[in-house]
Parts: sequence; structure tokens; C-alpha cells
Amino acid sequence: MVTINGEKLPLDGANLLDWLTAHGYDPRRIAVERNEEIVPKAEYGETVLKDGDVVEIVNFVGGG
Amino acid sequence: MYPTREEFYAALVERHGAERQAKFQAAKVAICGLGGLGSNIAVMLARAGVGELFLLDFDQVDMSNLNRQQYFVEQLGMLKTEALPETLARINPYCKVSPRTLKITEGDIPGLFDGVDVVCEAFDKPEAKAMLVQGVLENYPNTPLVSGVGMAGLDSANLIRTRRVGRTLYLCGDGVSEVADGLPLISSRVAVCAAHEANMVLRLLAGEREA
Repeated sequence: MVTINGEKLPLDGANLLDWLTAHGYDPRRIAVERNEEIVPKAEYGETVLKDGDVVEIVNFVGGG
Repeated sequence: MYPTREEFYAALVERHGAERQAKFQAAKVAICGLGGLGSNIAVMLARAGVGELFLLDFDQVDMSNLNRQQYFVEQLGMLKTEALPETLARINPYCKVSPRTLKITEGDIPGLFDGVDVVCEAFDKPEAKAMLVQGVLENYPNTPLVSGVGMAGLDSANLIRTRRVGRTLYLCGDGVSEVADGLPLISSRVAVCAAHEANMVLRLLAGEREA
């Protein structure tokens, strides 16, 4: 299992980029932390989530 | 009567306590974007007696800003990095204000925030927010970063809150309400979000790490 934004989800072996795309995230508008460390944008495609990972996807919206 | 530095800080110490005021006074805070969030954050931090404010923006004061941003009619057309320091000097003449006219890109971030105690993200566009947060977390993994996410519209102010993500990132806002959905930016709700950011900055400077 992995925890993504507080929700426990089964591990499906997808890399982070595929997972984000499949769930409708625009990589230019987000920041992703895995186990409290930022995941560099260039590494999304090679980042495979492991059992027990805790992921926070911050989705930025316009306004300021 | 114009107060001396000593008189000015004595008044702040009386309000905030000597220990806390010393921490505020020793701090350098960066504010990225001087719009509805950033101009309000800067005013609040100058009033609190933060020692140095590093202000970054590339834009000029426009009529469309006056509904929520801390500028005046006679400042229309001025660079925000020129207009806001004028205002801050009238609030706290002993706050060191370091303006920089720059549209921050990814490549600017390494080195930009050296010596900064807390970085505030106060941009408008979601892509710019994501770029800055990503860049600061990668290049300054130990520097607290406070970001504004979701303050558009006139929904309840109670939906705006501060939460901590990971070790150093603090998100202020309702997380969802977006200008792109046709929602306006309204003075009160933007100011609530700005106050959340400023409050988190002051809590961090005081040594508090929880949201």
C-alpha cells in the first residue's frame, strides 16, 4: 500500500509520472513530496512508488 | 515627533516581548510576488518589526490591483518594488527593505535565498507557484517555505487554513478556489490568506514549527 494525500491505495507498479497523468494532474502545476522529500520534476518518470511510501501531491491553483 | 530606532523598537518590545522581538528583528524574510498576498504580508511583517524584507516582483501597480493590494492611486504605473518600499518606510522606517525587480525563473533560484530565514510564495499563476516551491524545496531543503494556495471568491473565510506538508512546506488557503474558474479576488479573503502566511512566518521566526 502507498498513502497519497492521506488516502491508502494499492501499489500498482506505475511510475509517478504515469500515476499523476492517469489521475489528471498537470506536472507543471504541482509539487510532489515522497516521505517528506521533494521529488525533482525530472525524476517523475523514473520514480516508482514502494510499499509504505507516503506521498503528498500539492496542486497549485491561481490567485494571489 | 519622529521616533528614533531605539524608541521604535522599545514600543515593539512592549507589545511583543523582548525575546520574541529580538527574533523578529534578527530575521530576513523573502516575499516572492508583491500582489494581493505579498503586499499584505510585507505590511504585516514590517509592522511586526521583522528586521529585513527581501521583496521580489517584476510588475507595475495597475488599477486592477487597488481592490486588494497595498498600493495607492498616486502609485499607479510605478514598479511594485519601488512603490511598496515607500509604504513600508512610512510604517516602519527601521525595517531594512531590499527590493529586487525580477521575474523569477527556475535558474534564478540557486543562490537567490542564501541567508534568508523564511521564504514566502505569493505569486498569482499556478505554474509560477509550483516552479518556486519546487525550486526552493530542492535548493533550500532546510529553509521554511510558506505558500498561498486557494483564496479566490467570496466563500467562507473559515475554509482558509494553514497546514504543514513534509518538513519545511506550509500551505495557506482553502486549497481549491481558483481564479481560472471565474472567481474574483476579493480584498477580505485574499487578506485572510495573506494573514495566514504572515502569521506562519512570525510563528516560525519565534521558533514554532507546527502550522
